[in-house]
Amino acid sequence: MSALDDLFARCRGEDRAALIAYLPAGFPSYQVAVQAMTAMVEAGVDAVEVGMPYSDPLMEGPVISAAHQASLDAGTRQADVLRTVEAVAATGVPTLVMGYWNPVHRYGFARWAADLKKAGGVGAITPDLIPEEAPQWLEACREHDLDPVFLVAPSSSDERIAVVGRANRGFVYAAAVMGVTGARTEVGKGARTLVERVRAQTPLPVAVGLGVSNGAQAAEVAGFADAVVVGSALVRALADDGVDGVRRLSAELAQGVRTPDRS
Amino acid sequence: MSVPDASGHFGAYGGRFVPEALVAALDELAAAHEAARTDPVFRAELERLLTTYAGRPTPLTDARRLSEHTGGARILLKREDLAHTGSHKINNVLGQALLTKAMGKKRVIAETGAGQHGVATATACALFGFECTVYMGEEDTRRQALNVARMRLLGAEVVSVSSGTQTLKDATNEAMRDWVTNVDTTHYVIGSVVGPHPFPMMVRNFQRVIGVEARQQCLDLVGRLPDALVACVGGGSNAIGLFSPFLDDSGVALVGAEAGGDGVETGRHAAPLTAGEPGVLHGSRSYLMQDEDGQTLTTTSISAGLDYPGVGPEHSYLRDSGRASYTGITDADAMAALQVLARTEGILCAIESAHAFARAFSWIAEQDADPQDLVVIVNTSGRGDKDVDTAARWFGLVSAEEVARSELVRAREGEQP
Repeated sequence: MSALDDLFARCRGEDRAALIAYLPAGFPSYQVAVQAMTAMVEAGVDAVEVGMPYSDPLMEGPVISAAHQASLDAGTRQADVLRTVEAVAATGVPTLVMGYWNPVHRYGFARWAADLKKAGGVGAITPDLIPEEAPQWLEACREHDLDPVFLVAPSSSDERIAVVGRANRGFVYAAAVMGVTGARTEVGKGARTLVERVRAQTPLPVAVGLGVSNGAQAAEVAGFADAVVVGSALVRALADDGVDGVRRLSAELAQGVRTPDRS
Repeated sequence: MSVPDASGHFGAYGGRFVPEALVAALDELAAAHEAARTDPVFRAELERLLTTYAGRPTPLTDARRLSEHTGGARILLKREDLAHTGSHKINNVLGQALLTKAMGKKRVIAETGAGQHGVATATACALFGFECTVYMGEEDTRRQALNVARMRLLGAEVVSVSSGTQTLKDATNEAMRDWVTNVDTTHYVIGSVVGPHPFPMMVRNFQRVIGVEARQQCLDLVGRLPDALVACVGGGSNAIGLFSPFLDDSGVALVGAEAGGDGVETGRHAAPLTAGEPGVLHGSRSYLMQDEDGQTLTTTSISAGLDYPGVGPEHSYLRDSGRASYTGITDADAMAALQVLARTEGILCAIESAHAFARAFSWIAEQDADPQDLVVIVNTSGRGDKDVDTAARWFGLVSAEEVARSELVRAREGEQP
């Protein structure tokens, strides 16, 4: 039983997709990051991914990479990431961490899982960890009742999608475009195909991340996915227009997932 | 026990810590490599290239005047500096180029630190007709400008990476980002025994020729196996290539020299096996220079090719098992060794390889045995043409005025588009 089951059930009842929003902890500062994440929730975001800043974020494009570095330069530590989770979880929405593996590995993943749970986190998305390397991590997640979320990609075979589906709890994260994170101008057909392929292998809800940056794109993805993930566009909004910018974009995206475009 | 296991683990090290998007390409590569190992046509073609193009076998040089410098130990130089393009890197690149062709890919990317791997890759791409992009840290493009020019002459695009520490780590990050975006059409030729499975095993297998030749050459020349093999270790491909055929020869010490920078005790170095902790970087688990939070630390070394916070997983395995030993060699000791080799043997080696010579000297001095009874093979992994500028400054071979003028010329070149 995942803490996210209620959320996805409610969204299905409302005939809409969920909106999952990402910001890195500590960017541009601990306080402003928490304010921005709180503003996202107030504007209608359904779940929050707290990014764990990392020196070598291989899957990130320039916008999120720069935010990670700025957060580290500002002195963000592991304890600050967990404090951020605690503050966001206190708003009542499911809160996950998106974290590259080495910081978790260094912290000690069993201890990290315990501390994430204590902070009120419901799970962790691990972009550079595959289920085959994660038996002990999966054990720690079971012990602390956390959702492990691994990714699938357009290049994943059906067999691998099935492997990921069996390892995941909560939802499957479909990174629907080959490449690093960053806002894209078009949604493209590949995302829909990938969602269909995932559905054929697992009953879990499918969240799609592919560079959505506005309400119309959110509505389009909401037409075929269970959740829309937005990251780079929110990071850019925070960098350019501060907490108000994040609030405005979140409201637009929240409207988008509530008007799924099924054309 | 032979390593790695089927999933690429060398004991607790190695594996695949990568985005899911790369798994299919890694599976394809592992299958192509496995098929090639037993394919007589592939083996014959690689053999032909190594012999008629790369200039193998490379000689084992009996360094007699250098021997006097060490109290009479017999020092044999495995001359990878004489291979085409000037280093051992060509051995791996030719193998991977043949695999690229077998997989039907037409575009190749690579990371490079000192530029030796970049030059080797650009060379193979010219030979095979592949499109080639090489990622190189901005600081490294400055300190190894000659190799940037060589790559461009060979038709490669050199992308200067200005993020992070502007060295090999960040060049690797950018190459990985390119690969995850273009993996359908592109093969990533990793230049060392690092990265996700199958790279550490595959690159070792392509570099193993160094040790296979050296073993036979030593038997022919001396009539017995050496007492020690000494090699520098950045990612560690020249070292693994030399060590690998000797793993079961328990009488042969395997001695690795890491980049000690300003001294391992100062924290300003690039010696993860000497002073790091296990972690995950660039796709595999291995010793790593990292802080308490698992953030990668900045490295320091005069040698661009060793200036890297990670190391190949098999070296971590050999370290823990005690089969091999690793020591940090300071910039100063490496440069002194470079000069000794140049003046006793007339061989100007790469600064990377100079670390191995410095370690060979200290290893010989540490032994209880009479030096005259010792036989040591030192892997002369690359030649030093690219390092003349660095060495000239280090030893003050050029005047301050000449350095200033050269800086001015560089600054002007930098302004040009």
